[in-house]
Amino acid sequence: MEFLSSLGVGFDAALTFSNLGIALLGAFLGTMMGALPGLGPANGVAILIPIAFSIGLGPLPSLILMTSVYYGAMYGGRISSILLNIPGDEPAMMTCLDGYPMARKGMAGEALSLSGIASFIGAIAATFGLALLAPQLVKIALLFGPAEYFALFTIAFATLGGISSTNQAKAAFAAAFGLAIAMIGVDTQTGVQRFTFGEVHLFDGIDFLIAIVGLFALSEVFVFLEHRGSDANKDESIGKIGRIVAPWSMIRSCIPTFGRSTIIGFLSGVLPGAGASLGSFLSYSVEKQIVDPSGKTFGKGDPRGVAAPEVGNNAAAGGALVPMLALGVPGSGTTAVLLAVLLSLNITPGPLLFSQNPDVVWGLIAALFIANVMLLILNIPLVGLFSRVLLVPVHILMPLVAMVSFVGIYGISGSSFDLILMVLFGVVGWLFRKLDIPLVPIILGILLGNEMEVNLRRAMTLSDGDWLTLVGSPLAITLWVLAIIGFVAPMVFGRKVKKAIAEESDEIAVGD
Amino acid sequence: MSDRIMGGIGLALAAFYIWAATIIPESFMADVVGPATFPIIIGVIIAICSVWFIFRPDPEPVWPSLNRLAEIGFAIAVCLLYAILLPKLGFLICTALAAGYMSWRLGGTPVGAVLTGVGLSIGIWVVFKLVLGLSLAVGPLGI
Repeated sequence: MEFLSSLGVGFDAALTFSNLGIALLGAFLGTMMGALPGLGPANGVAILIPIAFSIGLGPLPSLILMTSVYYGAMYGGRISSILLNIPGDEPAMMTCLDGYPMARKGMAGEALSLSGIASFIGAIAATFGLALLAPQLVKIALLFGPAEYFALFTIAFATLGGISSTNQAKAAFAAAFGLAIAMIGVDTQTGVQRFTFGEVHLFDGIDFLIAIVGLFALSEVFVFLEHRGSDANKDESIGKIGRIVAPWSMIRSCIPTFGRSTIIGFLSGVLPGAGASLGSFLSYSVEKQIVDPSGKTFGKGDPRGVAAPEVGNNAAAGGALVPMLALGVPGSGTTAVLLAVLLSLNITPGPLLFSQNPDVVWGLIAALFIANVMLLILNIPLVGLFSRVLLVPVHILMPLVAMVSFVGIYGISGSSFDLILMVLFGVVGWLFRKLDIPLVPIILGILLGNEMEVNLRRAMTLSDGDWLTLVGSPLAITLWVLAIIGFVAPMVFGRKVKKAIAEESDEIAVGD
Repeated sequence: MSDRIMGGIGLALAAFYIWAATIIPESFMADVVGPATFPIIIGVIIAICSVWFIFRPDPEPVWPSLNRLAEIGFAIAVCLLYAILLPKLGFLICTALAAGYMSWRLGGTPVGAVLTGVGLSIGIWVVFKLVLGLSLAVGPLGI
């Protein structure tokens, strides 16, 4: 099989002593970041990108580090969900529903190890799915011309607000805001300055890393300042974890759950606009419908209610990598941040990546497998250690986050201007979060803006200025229709889905 | 009301952006579309969304109390000062001060905050400068 030999190449590249060490470090850091409320996969990876960039890690080691952190955060989110009833990150919120009741029944250890195994199964299956599906998607993507790419980027923006978005105007505003920022700097086609107003620091444009770290990481500090002292969860304490081995009978009873939730999670990851949060939400609700329609055990500490969302969110995390790698168009916040990793390494994802840099693609996929195995090994015995991390007080954690953000950005250019810009992005991030304007489309706008414009102008040049070329092929028309559906559907269903999620859980963190 | 204000700001931003797009200088390598068209489209989208905010505002978000807003304002000021003073005072001093301030405001005791500031500053310096070899701002102490 072609796929196995490609994967072999990947493992060859990834299996070196230093790469394994990096994967271990990433898995460890990622689990901690996932476990800590207020630090999720998106801002965790965001803080690390400029650092990996500044210390000059090569493409593959950087990717391994970031993907281990990404998967690790997906694993780690469950720890605080189960022990404290506070989701460590957004996708982990469904795990609270049955995880916390299990912990209250004195089965915290079982819940943790079961969810660890569930995470592993979801992630491994999704990684296989990624390895099989991405090359197929690449074949379709090779048919794309500039007009189709322009339409594809539009889909990415139209769907990014997500199915749970209630105000599409705000999602569109955020996307346009990001695109507007991307336009700053030298125009690549004609060489003229745009929107720089003679400011030397703007000639090269605004580095997306500055925006990402400011919007995701620094704004979190302001959010914590805003809510300081009003935490209702202060009196919570971590109970005894007990045995951290799930009995075989419990695992066996969850096997059908694993299967169903993997498929649901993976698909919602692949589809644009869904992502890990919806993956875990759908897995949980479907599981509840199938196993326990009358609501007797779900919500009261049913192991299957712990397994389903954990499988779902980890499978979705893998699924979300499919469009990001094959098309260069991420479907969720965290994959947008991973796209930033690739771009800062001068790797442009998309169909050409698979033919030109197969070692990077397959090395990355191999890295995902490696990271998963490490995460399973780390997570089962060390879960007690990770749960200690939850005790790190906010007044140490948040200054650390802020300072490491500054260190990373300063490392890129060493200029005060960039740091000031990052602070401003932090302020904008905080304001937008208050106003319920999503931040992820801004990031995506900054990341994809230039590419989108280049494709538009290329298409127009080819057609000699005829705007109808944008809808000039059946493929392009299909993409436009999908974009319109993706944008309009949340207006119809958005409130319903959001309400359903809100009914189940009321705490939502930033990112995905 | 917040959404309406945001809409107003958005409209002003869009107007400014479109104006700034129209003064982009002509280039000898012009293509069919030119460097201004796409930014103008973006400006129009921002304007449309802003008008939407004004006519269909969402429910009012819960704004923090005035002294909490001041708290955030001070934190922003500290961050900006940090950004400006970093090249002059160097990493160790700036970080200790800024991290200490944040730690204090986030609920640490004064003594704890001082320790956190100094500890974080030295800790990050050791990890990033000594172990990872990142270049950090050099201060008057020469380190």
